[in-house]
Amino acid sequence: MKRLPTGGRLIDRTTTFDMIFNSRRITAHPGDTVAAALMANGERMVGRSFKYHRPRGIVASGAEEPNALMNMGEGEWLEPNQRSTVTPVVKGQSFESQNHWPSLEFDVGVINAKLSRFFPAGFYYKTFMRPRWAWKHLFEPVIRQSAGLGKAPDQPDPDSYEQFYAYTDVLIVGGGIAGLHAALEAGRAGAKVLLLEQNPNLGGRALVDVVDIDGKPSPDWIAATIAALEDMPNVTIRTATMAAGVFDHGYVTAQEQVATYTQGSDAPRHRLWRIRATRIITATGAIERPLTFAGNDIPGVMLAAAVRDYAELYATAPGERTIIVTNNDDAYRTALTLHSAGIAVPVVLDARPEATGTLPEQARAAGIRIETNAAIAKVHGKRKVTSVDICDHTGAGDVRETIPCDSVAMSGGWSPVVHLWSHCGGKLNWDEANAMFAPDPKRPPTGDDGEGFVIPAGSATGDLHATQALANAAEAGRQAAIEAGFTPSVGAAPLATAPTEYPMLPVWMMPINAPYKLRSKAFLDFQNDVKASDVALAAREGFTSVEHTKRYTTLGMATDQGKLSNINGLAILAESLNTPIPQVGTTTFRPPYTPISLAAIAGDARGPLFKPTRKTAMDAWHDANGADWEPVADWRRPYTYVRDGETKRDAVHREILNTRNHVGMLDASTLGKILVKGPDAGKFLDLIYTNMMSSLAVGKCRYGLMCSENGFLFDDGVVARLSEDSFLCHTTSGGSDRVHAWMEEWLQTEWWDLQVYTANLTEQYAQIAVVGPDARNVLESMGGMNVSREALPFMTFAEGELAGIPARAYRISFSGELSYEIAVPASRGQEFWDAALAAGAAHSIMPYGTEALHVMRAEKGFIMIGDETDGTVTPLDLNLGWAVSKKKEDFIGKRALEREFFHRTDRKQLVGLMPENPDDVLPDGAHAVEPGTNIYGQKNMIGHVTSTYYSPTLKHGIAMALIKGGAQRLGETLSFPLEGGKVIKAKIVDPVFYDKEGARQNV
Amino acid sequence: MKRYSAFALAREAFRNHSGWERAWRAAVPKDEYDVVIVGAGGHGLATAYYLAKNHGISNVAVLEKGWLGGGNTGRNTTIIRSNYLQDESAAIYEKARSLYETLSQDLNYNIMFSPRGVLMLAQTEHELRAWKRTAHANRLAGIESELVDPQQIKKIVPIINLDGPRYPVLGGLWQPRGGTARHDAVAWGYARKASAMGVDIIQQCEVTGVDRDANGVTGVQTSKGAIRCKKLCFIVAGSSGLLAEMAGFRLPIESLALQATVSEPIKPIIDCVVMANTVHGYLSQSDKGELVIGGGTDGFNNYTQRGSFQHIEETIRALIETFPVISRLKQLRQWGGIVDITGDRSPIIGKTPVPGIFVNCGWGTGGFKAIPGSGWATAEMLATGEPGVLAQSFSLDRFAEGRMIDESVAAAVAH
Ligand SMILES: Cc1cc2nc3c(=O)[nH]c(=O)nc-3n(C[C@H](O)[C@H](O)[C@H](O)COP(=O)(O)OP(=O)(O)OC[C@H]3O[C@@H](n4cnc5c(N)ncnc54)[C@H](O)[C@@H]3O)c2cc1C
Repeated sequence: MKRLPTGGRLIDRTTTFDMIFNSRRITAHPGDTVAAALMANGERMVGRSFKYHRPRGIVASGAEEPNALMNMGEGEWLEPNQRSTVTPVVKGQSFESQNHWPSLEFDVGVINAKLSRFFPAGFYYKTFMRPRWAWKHLFEPVIRQSAGLGKAPDQPDPDSYEQFYAYTDVLIVGGGIAGLHAALEAGRAGAKVLLLEQNPNLGGRALVDVVDIDGKPSPDWIAATIAALEDMPNVTIRTATMAAGVFDHGYVTAQEQVATYTQGSDAPRHRLWRIRATRIITATGAIERPLTFAGNDIPGVMLAAAVRDYAELYATAPGERTIIVTNNDDAYRTALTLHSAGIAVPVVLDARPEATGTLPEQARAAGIRIETNAAIAKVHGKRKVTSVDICDHTGAGDVRETIPCDSVAMSGGWSPVVHLWSHCGGKLNWDEANAMFAPDPKRPPTGDDGEGFVIPAGSATGDLHATQALANAAEAGRQAAIEAGFTPSVGAAPLATAPTEYPMLPVWMMPINAPYKLRSKAFLDFQNDVKASDVALAAREGFTSVEHTKRYTTLGMATDQGKLSNINGLAILAESLNTPIPQVGTTTFRPPYTPISLAAIAGDARGPLFKPTRKTAMDAWHDANGADWEPVADWRRPYTYVRDGETKRDAVHREILNTRNHVGMLDASTLGKILVKGPDAGKFLDLIYTNMMSSLAVGKCRYGLMCSENGFLFDDGVVARLSEDSFLCHTTSGGSDRVHAWMEEWLQTEWWDLQVYTANLTEQYAQIAVVGPDARNVLESMGGMNVSREALPFMTFAEGELAGIPARAYRISFSGELSYEIAVPASRGQEFWDAALAAGAAHSIMPYGTEALHVMRAEKGFIMIGDETDGTVTPLDLNLGWAVSKKKEDFIGKRALEREFFHRTDRKQLVGLMPENPDDVLPDGAHAVEPGTNIYGQKNMIGHVTSTYYSPTLKHGIAMALIKGGAQRLGETLSFPLEGGKVIKAKIVDPVFYDKEGARQNV
Repeated sequence: MKRYSAFALAREAFRNHSGWERAWRAAVPKDEYDVVIVGAGGHGLATAYYLAKNHGISNVAVLEKGWLGGGNTGRNTTIIRSNYLQDESAAIYEKARSLYETLSQDLNYNIMFSPRGVLMLAQTEHELRAWKRTAHANRLAGIESELVDPQQIKKIVPIINLDGPRYPVLGGLWQPRGGTARHDAVAWGYARKASAMGVDIIQQCEVTGVDRDANGVTGVQTSKGAIRCKKLCFIVAGSSGLLAEMAGFRLPIESLALQATVSEPIKPIIDCVVMANTVHGYLSQSDKGELVIGGGTDGFNNYTQRGSFQHIEETIRALIETFPVISRLKQLRQWGGIVDITGDRSPIIGKTPVPGIFVNCGWGTGGFKAIPGSGWATAEMLATGEPGVLAQSFSLDRFAEGRMIDESVAAAVAH
């Protein structure tokens, strides 16, 4: 079939260009969808089904298409499972059909179809069990290869994506006549309106099925309404934008196919909209249902309305002789359209006992043959339809007549699109007359005020007829405006006049008494190859809930998420169970309505923007001076500064020894710094920390611990009292956000009566530790504040200037050396760093990184949160009982710490370890064992290494460990069996390996 | 119970599959049972099965308010692994994993256990140290689990981006005999065999009240009437707090929605399960070809099993960074399940303050992998009245005593 002589509302027939399908050249017009172009070029087979690899053709004209999914593009531009029915053609673009090997025409997987009688629903649960290894190594790999649809690209995505945030009074989903008119009503009332339409064009069905609206043909009315909306500044319309999900509190996601995007352009490919709406109107229309008869999956069998769409919008048709099969009046429109386009319609098969409505009569008058109580017994053909066997619908399929044809247009009635209504809990009613589930306006999804926030409109309400659809849309638009706080104008709603339609006849299996032979060829889910017989089998085997049937048969689990198959499937299930359809119920509708790209969900938070690296004020200097970076929480920190000819280990040892013997410098800016201020600041910190903070004198520092409610240590750091009502709390580098949030949670939810504010000042200051015996000399030579032992004793701080830079100097030490931490405004951090380097040159100052820091603190037996703690360790376990106040009435974790289990002597307690061989370094996390096994039959593990290093200071391996009853085991030798049979023996020692008396730091 | 086999399939193929019988009986509640289990999720059904199989107790009812397997068992991302850090956890999860190895044969139902390997990435030095510690513990506990370096990782998962602009992959913990199984099949397989052994599985039967006298439990009230029982066990995951309230006690459990999503099906691109905890995302590919993606729990308590967007967004971002080739694939479906989270993220299996009432809950975000082991241990407890070796550490009183079994150290996301 080529183009029809007339029609083609959406295409530009004066221009043509080429695109590629399976290496073949395809001619298209601008405005075509890929599916339309394929059809116009006579391509019928467009893919293979999932399970049986049966030939598949185009079925639909919209997002509900289950078959015509393509690999689009190549290389890094490849995009699998592209719905060709909604993909606009692009010049030169290539498409490939999916799920076959080696080719669409000759697919090895067809073997599955040949054996289909052995592969009913759920067959894989019943076999492939022996031999045991065979599932993983034989059967499963074959199944995996034959399943799946398109291919993933093998390269990173070259395109960009963005996200838009929108707030609107009224969000309208769907740009058919109902959505357009609802927008007009709400817009006129003054509400801010956002209207989304998934297709590139507005107008919906009324572009094809022309009705009269207030005396105008619907396409003209649509154009006029669009113009009116475009004039309203408070109304925004986005086409090619599909509302994907409705979430709590009127939160909606939508994906826009960006119009300005072309391959290789700078424009984003997709835009994800994140919308907060006071009211949402779902004017999402209805989707036609297929009919279930044998051979309904053969290429050339299509939905009747889709056939009309292709003819009217794109001037093409699936064939030259189209048989129509229906249970309602609507499909006669297809007969009339085809007839007037010059396509033969040999017969309309109507399942109803009679067909005397306006549309059937028009068809009759046009000379089209109509058969009533008629059904398709079977469609013949392999890769395309060749003829149809006709039978009585009320019979068992005895063939009345065989009629040659090349295509079939089927209509089983319509189902309103209720997905968005249902995502957030909107309930449905079964409409017996139209055999469909429609929104129950009395049970909408509700917001935090208990009011419904979604309003259905148009045929999405279940009112399929244009007159009612337009009338209820006017109502919906006004209601939404009122509920969003606006006053709509009063005025008559436009009146649509369309031919009346006679009732449809619910038809689930065609013919009614079809035997197994036909049922096992009648498809419900075209992509997943679920047949009427599969649903019956599931019912027989007790999978009687719809959810069980769905999962057992995979009905409705394909990429169309059951848009075409769900209702038919559950009707067949109801029939098999002999229960009414509403009792069977539907499966849950889940976002997204139509699949959206993962890339759009990620938006522009990719690459360097994924989790931006936090950098200190001296980052560039570190980078230029040999920093070997280590990610620490969101920061990057120099692990060590490697010099020419050094290994990392050499560098670390050099830094340590230099610091211990002379002076070193550390960028400590990443330490969390949280300001806690207010009249109750002291009281608050007494609750947050295990030790007493309210008693801290202004100008003094104190090391503090924080526990969870369960008594486990989770952060530590030095607190400085800046003034009577303000404290600066230092946290670990990784913990600053967590600690800040923790403080806020307690303040906001439990202790809201305390007058306290907190502010996270971490990035306000650059903090530089100057450490080592020469530290004081260096600072003194920089000039400025008095940093002498007397003026600035250990665990105090002072404010002043150093090298002309305002500074706060803390006398605190994490290395055991004489040590100052200097906080300066972040903007002057580099300046201070340079000044300190210059001043320290005479003392051989060197920067050191995190590893030297770790080794030095371990040499001193200082714990590190995350190494010595793991969420199961209390301060008592770490010999930090001294920092747990016994005087305070309460603090977080106090009650927990009193539990008996926390005082058992066989708890794992912190110890130091010295390997017997000084050169041995225990591996991270190595476990000590005692002979025998535990109750589980595991080796008797008694504890593990928490920190382990080679100490260049002591020239000995050292480690810290948590060992059962460790506090009592000083001097014992433990065995650490390693992988491969090696055992390291290590002696339990005091965890303070170096300068126990603190002589070096307290000078 | 008629055996399933290739032969049976062939036989049925020639009689239009008319000979298949119900997978489980449509049971009508009796007046009284020895044991009533509330909740026909994987854990409840496995418990019933092992009660019948290991202890010969089959006068058992499993009561389910909806359809069996419809809770978290039918919503999870099916990761199975046992390389847990703490002794108690390693013991019960490894028991479960090893039962999974032969479960298809034991149940005569292909539950599709596929030991495709589970890889947990280390993307910070700290995480690497945690995995090293776990690897040591696993080896000594007799669990096959090893530390792998970036080159080995690239071999296992060729689509991984090792360098990651943000968090380079420094190594990983690899459990080659971890993997996945078909979640529905686990529930259905247990249900079928338990039913065949005499257990009554009663669906659409919601427990609405608990009857007790001075000596303890006497029965339950349900939407299908009162049922008496000698022993009662709640195995209802996210609904545990509600059931405990009916019985008059409280549980240290929070119920939160955990999010998951799948992509459209594509041809195979990844063979194992990868968990990236630093960036919060994990991924595997189902036999159908969908990428199965797990997210995090919502930040607030609730009982609606609905999807929300925030976690999905974070997770997808993390996974695109880790596996850049998935960027152009599409999200097919997202959903949530209500998970039952305890303070130490380990389960509760034990007695309750009410004599005769037992509880199995708190599996939170990671209990699918535990189903066989948990059922085994819970059956033992129900049969003998006392928790056995596997269950004893997981008792309810551990929270009061402070005897936590905390796994959070080893996995920020505990699947
Ligand atoms: C999104 C998600 C991903 C997950 N991923 C993994 C994973 O990868 N690996 C892993 O190991 N675990 C995972 N889990 C966790 C795992 O799913 C659960 O731990 C496990 O399935 C719990 O099983 P269950 O039998 O205890 O509970 P459920 O399967 O939830 O069963 C409880 C049953 O109790 C019923 N019930 C409740 N109240 C009543 C009542 N009053 N009367 C009668 N019946 C009642 C419910 O309807 C339900 O069927 C995940 C969970 C979720 C939600």
